[in-house]
Amino acid sequence: MGKASAYDSKRVETGSGAFPHHLVRPRGYPYSANMWSIALKMLLGDKPKYFGLVFGVTFASLLMGQQVSVFISLMTRTAGLIFDLTEADIWVMDRRVRYIDEPEPIRDIELPVVRSVEGVEWAVPFYKGVATVRQPDGLSQVVILVGIDPVSLVGLANDTLQGDARVLLQPQTAMIDKNGYKFMWPGQDFVLGRELEVNDQRLVINAICNAAPTLTTYPTLYVSYTTITQLFPQTRNRLPFVVVKVAPGHRIDDVVRRIEQETGLQALPRIEFAWRSINYFATRTGIPINFGITVFLGVIIGAAITAQTFYLFVVENTKQFAAMKAFGVTNGQLFRLVMLQATFVGVVGYSLGMGLTALFIRSVGNVPAFRGLTLHWQVVAGAAVMITLIIAIAVSVSLIKVFRADPAMVFKG
Amino acid sequence: MTAISLEQVGKVYQSGEVSTVALEQVTLSIPMGELSMLVGPSGCGKTTLISIATGILTPTSGTVTTLGQSLASMTDTQRVLFRRQHIGFIFQQFNLLSTLTAAENAAMPLVAAGMPLAKAVIKANALLARLGLADHCHKLPKQLSGGQQQRVAIARSLVHDPALIVCDEPTASLDGKTGREVMDILRSVANHPQRAVLIVTHDNRVYSFADRIYDMADGKMVGEYTHETYLHKES
Repeated sequence: MGKASAYDSKRVETGSGAFPHHLVRPRGYPYSANMWSIALKMLLGDKPKYFGLVFGVTFASLLMGQQVSVFISLMTRTAGLIFDLTEADIWVMDRRVRYIDEPEPIRDIELPVVRSVEGVEWAVPFYKGVATVRQPDGLSQVVILVGIDPVSLVGLANDTLQGDARVLLQPQTAMIDKNGYKFMWPGQDFVLGRELEVNDQRLVINAICNAAPTLTTYPTLYVSYTTITQLFPQTRNRLPFVVVKVAPGHRIDDVVRRIEQETGLQALPRIEFAWRSINYFATRTGIPINFGITVFLGVIIGAAITAQTFYLFVVENTKQFAAMKAFGVTNGQLFRLVMLQATFVGVVGYSLGMGLTALFIRSVGNVPAFRGLTLHWQVVAGAAVMITLIIAIAVSVSLIKVFRADPAMVFKG
Repeated sequence: MTAISLEQVGKVYQSGEVSTVALEQVTLSIPMGELSMLVGPSGCGKTTLISIATGILTPTSGTVTTLGQSLASMTDTQRVLFRRQHIGFIFQQFNLLSTLTAAENAAMPLVAAGMPLAKAVIKANALLARLGLADHCHKLPKQLSGGQQQRVAIARSLVHDPALIVCDEPTASLDGKTGREVMDILRSVANHPQRAVLIVTHDNRVYSFADRIYDMADGKMVGEYTHETYLHKES
């Protein structure tokens, strides 16, 4: 028995000291759930590292969300005209055509042949080309010229902002897209009746519309196909595309096959043609590589910042983890503690990153260069997967340190 | 009832082809209700001994019985749970979590056992008050002096009412006056028939607090003394 001492007067009583005990946890308490509040206090208490971790994840999320969205927007723009022409089910073109900006003229005689194919409800010409227009002040400007069927007006942008779409029924009359107008006459109000010169022919702008953005920032001028023939009379074959509506009761694939059999031309369902155009730009240009490098660097830098900061956070707490092990915290509890910290950082950083991405997209909504920019759910989901991977890497590296923390090390001063 | 009983305990560290004998045929019996000290030069095996006695390390040979339980018969998880419930630790460097308050640090063993933090903190507050830290419960470790931090560590070691308190150089980082205050507390803690305090120390200023002193050298137990006989031997 211990000796009586002067210190008995302030003897520290901590309880009964009941003995022996059972090797079970206290009854009535959820196992380890309360370590969560400790985990968050550990994390949030070290503010520089917490903000560093959140910054890393936010940075990676923002770069992935923003850059991938811009990339998707650009790729979608390459097929903007195809997506806009919702009335048509099938596009008919020369067999050599690989995407919409590479039209090969077909003979005008092909149009009635296509119309005669079984299952075709209607088929109309559709022209898309590039032309140089001259303004009254002598300034030249490259424009995208879209020629549509003068009877049905199929292919015309649906959203007319000023004027009337039916003006295209008149010869040498054009409709211009809103952003093209702003591009050509920056800072000026919308005024109808402006004149342009194309191939020594006069063209009057009598309507303004809101059209799907295209890859380039060139203005889009809509004219009737008849006007196209007047603007370029010397060219015998001008027709690049015939767009087709499938009659009710017929399958698109069947009609596509019949058109190809009877005309020898290439026929593609609308969405397939759109994707073919997108794929062309995606596989044959440097756009995806450049965006891919940016996104890749974002992921790498984000992962490096997150993993390194998290690892340092764990390393600095190694002795504390070892002490916790010494007084009875299990590896399982420490695993859950570290996982909770990592998950918390991931959720906060990812939410901030996606929030900033959404804010960016919203703030540039009216900028012509960013028209059509949308945060797709696939981007949100993809970024979530990547952030989960980054967090998993950070946690894996750190957990090795936690699991290897030897409780005996705390006795070594 | 003995707190710790070691029978012919040996420990050999193997590193590649090199073997280092840390403990050799150590036999020791530490009774309940006493404050015992383990003394000896650095590297003599004191840390290895307390690590084995608390189930942190397993011996190469011999048997270990702590608080009546054979540690060899337990799984790793059972040993962790055993420590959680029955052993309190006090370290030289305190090892408090810097982002937790004094009360939260003291409450850690209870929280680890599953008690809600708020409830555990109430219990820790009461204990800290008894240790003279009533006004410091909400402070972070960096806002406390070394002595106050060590008292928080003492509270952490006692909060779950363990039967065995193991201290590793508890006064080494403290000045003489503060070290004596800490020893006063540990002396008081040991005055309980169902509790034992084992202190590993180099600090000869605190030997007078011991009921029993175990002297080690080169991995062997070389003597067992009262503090009077030990000081007589030293002189």
